[in-house]
Amino acid sequence: MTATQPAAGRTPVRRLAGLLHRRRRLRLSLLLTAPLLWLAVLYLGSLAVLFVSAFWTTNSFTSEVVKVWSTDNFHALLTTPVFRQVILRSIGVALAVTVLCAVIAFPLAFCTARVARPRWRPLLVVAILTPLWASYLVKVYAWRLILSQGGLADWMLKPFGLSGPGFGLPAAVITLTYLWLPYMILPIHTALEQLPANLLDASADLGARPGRTFRSVVLPMVLPSVAAGSVFTFSLSLGDYITVQIVGGKTQLIGNLVYSNIELNLPMAAALGTVPVVVIVLYLLAMRRTGALSSL
Amino acid sequence: MEGSAIRLQGLRKEFGGTTAVAGVDLEIGDGEFFSMLGPSGSGKTTVLRMIAGFESPSSGTIELAGQEVTGLAPFERDVHTVFQDYALFPHMTVEQNVAYGLKIRKVPKAERLQQARKALADVRLEGFGKRRPSQLSGGQRQRVALARALVGRPRLLLLDEPLGALDLKLREQMQIELKALQREVGITFVFVTHDQEEALTMSDRIAVFNQGRIEQVGSPAEIYERPATAFVASFVGTSNLLDGDTAQRVVGGPGTFSIRPEKIRVLKESALADEPEHSTVTGTVAEVVYLGDATRFLVDLDGGGRLTALQQNLETSSEDVAAYRGTRVRLQWNRRHTVQVPDAR
Repeated sequence: MTATQPAAGRTPVRRLAGLLHRRRRLRLSLLLTAPLLWLAVLYLGSLAVLFVSAFWTTNSFTSEVVKVWSTDNFHALLTTPVFRQVILRSIGVALAVTVLCAVIAFPLAFCTARVARPRWRPLLVVAILTPLWASYLVKVYAWRLILSQGGLADWMLKPFGLSGPGFGLPAAVITLTYLWLPYMILPIHTALEQLPANLLDASADLGARPGRTFRSVVLPMVLPSVAAGSVFTFSLSLGDYITVQIVGGKTQLIGNLVYSNIELNLPMAAALGTVPVVVIVLYLLAMRRTGALSSL
Repeated sequence: MEGSAIRLQGLRKEFGGTTAVAGVDLEIGDGEFFSMLGPSGSGKTTVLRMIAGFESPSSGTIELAGQEVTGLAPFERDVHTVFQDYALFPHMTVEQNVAYGLKIRKVPKAERLQQARKALADVRLEGFGKRRPSQLSGGQRQRVALARALVGRPRLLLLDEPLGALDLKLREQMQIELKALQREVGITFVFVTHDQEEALTMSDRIAVFNQGRIEQVGSPAEIYERPATAFVASFVGTSNLLDGDTAQRVVGGPGTFSIRPEKIRVLKESALADEPEHSTVTGTVAEVVYLGDATRFLVDLDGGGRLTALQQNLETSSEDVAAYRGTRVRLQWNRRHTVQVPDAR
């Protein structure tokens, strides 16, 4: 046997490599143990703790968590008007941001992917990504300056007899749209860039004018990427609570309620925290039907 | 002129600094199966794309059925194209792909479905209408592309190397089907290919392209038997090109001459060569290539030069032909198969 295996098995490294080559299962388990532990214990584990603690209650005097099972928190979520309003408002904001991002991103991505000369395209993509390198807080405070009374927005709209939106819900939507726009542009850019040019030729060849080609060929082929981008914009908007604190005036979203309940009523905060998780799972299930998740 | 489907005059196309098409004049008759043959980069596809309207010429004019269309967009021309990689819409079913052109022309739904089904039946794809292009094989996709281009009954069909992606057996089968289909529908076909055999078997006429120009236009037999230039002689089929001293010695005159290998007979050196219509030379067999159905002999001529001769393996086998290597032979061919070509290699 040894005579037929000359060089292999000499050094420990080679022996190990040989062992791993022969044992597929060993190789796979070594590779997956760490990430699976991370996923199961830290990620899913914390979600489970969140979910379980949502069923606990607090002592109303001491704010201490009492580990007694009850569905009171969820009952309160669904019946208290304030909670219902805030939940619906949060979903509305996330949807508005997503729609705005899609509407703004499409023409931009069309320019970067098809109108611009090929050698400019990588540079334009970098330009789209640069805002992501700046700190989130810096960008939100920049928007606070822009939207403040007498700020840039007011100054620019003044000649038209208008004023900026001020702080409030619209300001939060505008700022969130700005923040998450790159996550929408990138997938659409990629899809448009990969769109074969001869499909557009074929459409024109069969008699379609440019508008028709756009509706019948470009849009249907890029739609899964729009849906993929919307997964980012929707979930990032739904989980945000800092932007709305800085530019939202008195507006409250789910995140703010979680934040304000975390000291006083931890189980209530946990119950509130499960709401975006459930909404996003439902959103993902809806998006899966469009084929978006396979184009992520 | 009547009966002309396409007329190109002084057509040029430059991309940046390079000239892709350097002045093409061409007239293609109604109902013709016309092939544009040439190596890659010879400008044949660019000419096709200009006829379809995907590229606009730098100068020159394009007339389709007597009307000038040079400045018109693709959707304003009564021309359909079968693309090299088929360009089927992946998000539509086969039926929707075929009906796309009809839908744009606002043909009522019931009628366009019926026409699409008939077009699919014409290319022997009944029952495939509900599938996606990704669920079809290469040959089937090719047929869908053909059905999509033919369903609107254009006056002119452009085919850009449509058989290039198919394997040999399928390609030969599709060549026969395509030719039969063209005869049946009576539409003018302009067929771009780099495969000389394909062009020879299918076409009524062929234009041989080289470096943005047409070297020769003619029937397959004319192109093959009477190549107008050395390029045509060497690109279409294989050919022996003789020039300079060799030409002087073998043919007996100055110039460049082409002789097809299959016209040359390989005989024993001692064989008599007294027939006046025959040319004859002697030499030594340098190499023997066994091709299965035929054998190729590379013969070094006495006094320099080399000729290739092709012999059918009527009675010989691979063992027999190998014995020819290094032997003395006499080559003989009919003088009328020696074709003078104008320019030198």
